[in-house]
Amino acid sequence: MSAIFDLALLADFVLAATALLLGLWVILTADALRAAIGFLVYGLLMAIVWIRLDAPDIALTEAAIGGGLIGLLVLGASTRVPPAPATARARRRWPLHLLAALLSAAVALGLAAVVLSLPDPAPSLAATVAAELPATAVENPVTAVLMVFRAVDTLFETVVLVLALIAFWSLIPDASWRQRLAWLPLPHPSPALVLLAQILLPLVILVALHLFWIGASLPGGKFQAGALLAGVWALAMVAGVMQPPAVTQRLPRLLAVIGPLVFFAIGLAGIWLAGDFLAYPVGFEKPLILLIEVVLLVSVAVVLGLILAGLPAATVSLQPQLQRAASQPRPALPSDQRSEPFLEDRP
Amino acid sequence: MNSALINTSGLLAALSGWSDELLMMLLVVPVLAMLFGFVLGSRAAERIALLTLPLGLALAVAVAALVLDQGTPLSYDIGGWASPLGVALRVDGLSAVLLLTTALVITGVGLYARADFATPADVDEARTPLAFWTLLLGLWAALNAVFIGQDLFNLYVAIELLTFTAVPLVCLKGSAETLQAALRYLLFALLGSVLYLLGAALLYGAYGTLDIGQLAAAMRGSGLAAAEPAVEPAAIAAVVLMTAGLLAKTALVPLHLWLPPAHAGAPAAASAILSALVVKGSFYLIFRLWIDLMPVVYTQQIAQGLATLGAAAILLGGIMAIRQARLKMLIAYSTLAQLGYLFLIFPLLVSPVLVPTLADGSTPAAWTGGVLQLVSHAFAKASMFMGAGLIAIALGHDRIADLGGLSRLLPITLVAFALSGLSLMGLPPSGGFAAKWLLLRAAIETGQWWWTLVILFGGVLTGTYLYRVLAAASFSESDADLAAGPASRRQSEGVSEPLPKLATGASAELASAPPPEPASEVSPERASVQSPRSSSQLPGQTGQVQSAQRQPRLQRPVARSRELIVLALALISIALGLVPLTSFEILQIGRGGEAMAMLEPLAEPAGLSAFELPASGVTPVPSATGFLASVMEPLPGVAGSLPSAPESLPTVAGPSTSSVAPLPSAVGAQSSAMGSLP
Amino acid sequence: MSSVTFYALLGSLLVGLGLYGVIVGASALRKILAFNLLGSGVFLLFGVIAQRGAGAGFGGDPVPQALVITGLVVAFAATALAVGLLVRLGESAGLDDVEDESEGESS
Repeated sequence: MSAIFDLALLADFVLAATALLLGLWVILTADALRAAIGFLVYGLLMAIVWIRLDAPDIALTEAAIGGGLIGLLVLGASTRVPPAPATARARRRWPLHLLAALLSAAVALGLAAVVLSLPDPAPSLAATVAAELPATAVENPVTAVLMVFRAVDTLFETVVLVLALIAFWSLIPDASWRQRLAWLPLPHPSPALVLLAQILLPLVILVALHLFWIGASLPGGKFQAGALLAGVWALAMVAGVMQPPAVTQRLPRLLAVIGPLVFFAIGLAGIWLAGDFLAYPVGFEKPLILLIEVVLLVSVAVVLGLILAGLPAATVSLQPQLQRAASQPRPALPSDQRSEPFLEDRP
Repeated sequence: MNSALINTSGLLAALSGWSDELLMMLLVVPVLAMLFGFVLGSRAAERIALLTLPLGLALAVAVAALVLDQGTPLSYDIGGWASPLGVALRVDGLSAVLLLTTALVITGVGLYARADFATPADVDEARTPLAFWTLLLGLWAALNAVFIGQDLFNLYVAIELLTFTAVPLVCLKGSAETLQAALRYLLFALLGSVLYLLGAALLYGAYGTLDIGQLAAAMRGSGLAAAEPAVEPAAIAAVVLMTAGLLAKTALVPLHLWLPPAHAGAPAAASAILSALVVKGSFYLIFRLWIDLMPVVYTQQIAQGLATLGAAAILLGGIMAIRQARLKMLIAYSTLAQLGYLFLIFPLLVSPVLVPTLADGSTPAAWTGGVLQLVSHAFAKASMFMGAGLIAIALGHDRIADLGGLSRLLPITLVAFALSGLSLMGLPPSGGFAAKWLLLRAAIETGQWWWTLVILFGGVLTGTYLYRVLAAASFSESDADLAAGPASRRQSEGVSEPLPKLATGASAELASAPPPEPASEVSPERASVQSPRSSSQLPGQTGQVQSAQRQPRLQRPVARSRELIVLALALISIALGLVPLTSFEILQIGRGGEAMAMLEPLAEPAGLSAFELPASGVTPVPSATGFLASVMEPLPGVAGSLPSAPESLPTVAGPSTSSVAPLPSAVGAQSSAMGSLP
Repeated sequence: MSSVTFYALLGSLLVGLGLYGVIVGASALRKILAFNLLGSGVFLLFGVIAQRGAGAGFGGDPVPQALVITGLVVAFAATALAVGLLVRLGESAGLDDVEDESEGESS
């Protein structure tokens, strides 16, 4: 018994130490691309940490979003923004580094001391959740918190996603507004990649739907499934199997907001049917929550996918401010090679 | 007090049955409008936003009227799940005032922005209108959520919503400078949010709830149970982390570098919202953390520290504003300085000497003063930024040195600018005057005379930089003729000349605060970086500059209605000074009790030696209060006594400091007593 | 019990590491990475707090666990906006401004 316990302890120690080393690598390595790859690996490792912390729901989210999609975004950015040339500047700023290191060390140590001295037994809402769980018609306690007790956070989180998409798209140069999103598609995808995308597409959709379906009772749910769908959509766009949409198309936008819209509608109906905003009428909890989760799945997948698809390529010639920039030596961006406009934007 | 509301009592009674729905609608209406606007495209987004303006304003008015009428805060458990498990909303007097301010400013900005963000007739959708109108609605929802949130994590989502709507507004133009300003703003804001979230996690770990009210009760409970406050160390760490994070978002001085380029680079309508409202959202959260959550024992020292940073902001912001060559940069630095005043209220509010004044049930002067400063600055600064936008349209530039002839071209805008300036300087009759006067009074009452120096000197700095603008703008054409070319050059050199003296004086005053010298290196460059761009926007403009100085011409006409909007906001910031102080009792609704409860333990001081309160605290203070009050009370309400007010301000400040002669010694004793605190 | 201690330490150290990276990061991209590391440390501490609150048949307190899921999605949105800004900045002005940005900010 104690041998098993010690083995688990050792595993935890190795896991924590490896994650810390990867974190150090991400911060300290000189090359941005290597740091981004390090972060991708770190995200996957953190998924295992979450399993060790008895949080399989978070483990799936971390693997899909924390490690996967954020890692992809940063990785993409690191190839798009040319590496910074190493200058003497870093050496000149060593007092700042020292100061920052001291501050960070103080914060880390103070934080560790505070966290380790948190009250014991820990205050917890686990018992309260367990007591109220039967009233929610959801078996997974995390899903119950997300969809019932703190539904408003989930609702606003999807609004945050839509606003993030609006914010992201507001960065598009005016001249490129009508073009297709263009970070992902490779000009000449290799046949192997196309084949992979074609095989993975239906497979991952099935896995995502399964993950989504079990979310009510087992770990899983809309965010994890949505991230998977977004990822495979991105892969299909990279391989040219699917074409990225244009910003002016209305269907992607409608799909992006359908989740929060339906969520709001059901929440508002709750005022009359159940006496409270975001309350579900008795007996209809399960179908209503399922309906919300389905539309949220669609919206999460579409928003994440649209963000991964990036921005249209900047067309230099039409952009007044860019003419100045164009005279300067510009970094060769992969997107520049195929900046021919796709103007047939309305479906 | 609310006699005007008596005949509407029937309506209010009907409304009170819907208070839960009203609270929800504050969040639901702008979000739904945003979602529909996004789907339907930029033209519809504008229309929907303009329809939402009166609706949102009516909601804010209804909620405020209801709070005032009932005299108790409104609260609502979303979904019917009570607090530790569910999420609660709460509107007290202070948040009602802020909701109303937000609605008024956004309405003004929305009406003003129609001309800038209309979709061109020849396209079915354009980028900037779509982004602006949807982001404006999203930002409104985020601010409402910040002001009515009661759950720390829900507030985290709200401030992230605020960040994601505010940052893209900075770079709507899409130029490299604004993109860079936005990126820097985003990085500061994200660091701030993540520190805030860390604090929330620690508080949950310590108390098992995220509800501010329950957290406050838990902390106070443990503090009273064990004679000495036995607050969890996690709670202190949490509040410190959260405050640090929110300070980065509020741009208090060491963390201010992002603000000037971001606020100056945004389109005028966006700048108005960013300066008037967005930074106030994070400030409001700091305020709540401090008033509701901060363990009593530690408040006085950290409050002094916060106020020191605020003082540094007042001085640095003022000096940097004087040095700016461009109007929008000047206004942005002015925001930095005016935010500093808000942090002066912390030591004034939690001062132990204040307790006797509170006993008669009146709202503390620092409290009212701080809120008045926040609100009047919101209106004044929104008006100023939008006025600067009109000036930039009319003249084709915003170089301060070349503003001559503006008084003929845009008289209304210039008057609005001057009125807003009155409020910022703190001259009567204005909201800013009442605010700064109350802060001065609180500083004297609590024996913290050093803050009065900061407030007065800050007013001088404000006056200096505003005078620069007004003097340049009211240059008549003949004057401009005489001093055409060299004048502007001489002016810009002459401006930088007195600065070293000011700067050294300031840094001597702020011996404890690190003088952020690098900032002065960065921003003039940034200002000069912007100039070629704006001249390149108007090709051929460079050749015209010389002639434009001599004979300022309207580059593009400005609609009179837009000038009137700017004037209306400026007038509101003035009118706030004419409102009788008693109406600010609304601020105490739902808060006074907590503040009193928080201050009560101070009456039996934890670390203060007993001789202080009777000796210097109680006896001199009521007399000083009475003396000041006798001078003070007629001022804000009665317009007749206004002309004498400028004279009375310095004379009152003089004798009161000397008449309360024991105060400095008391202060010394107090600070030494504070030094001996654990 | 003590494996939770490891993760509490890991979370705290990641917060410190991320803070250091955000302050001194050589470029905006590195700052974004550091911000994510910092966020990950915060989420981990949330997870530790959830694990300490295990009870009622659950492996951990489900409330903080749900909060972490929400937080991860918000962190993705933040990263997306930052990356978009960074790439647009690189497109519109070349690398110099990105460099200046990191220089100015950390002072």
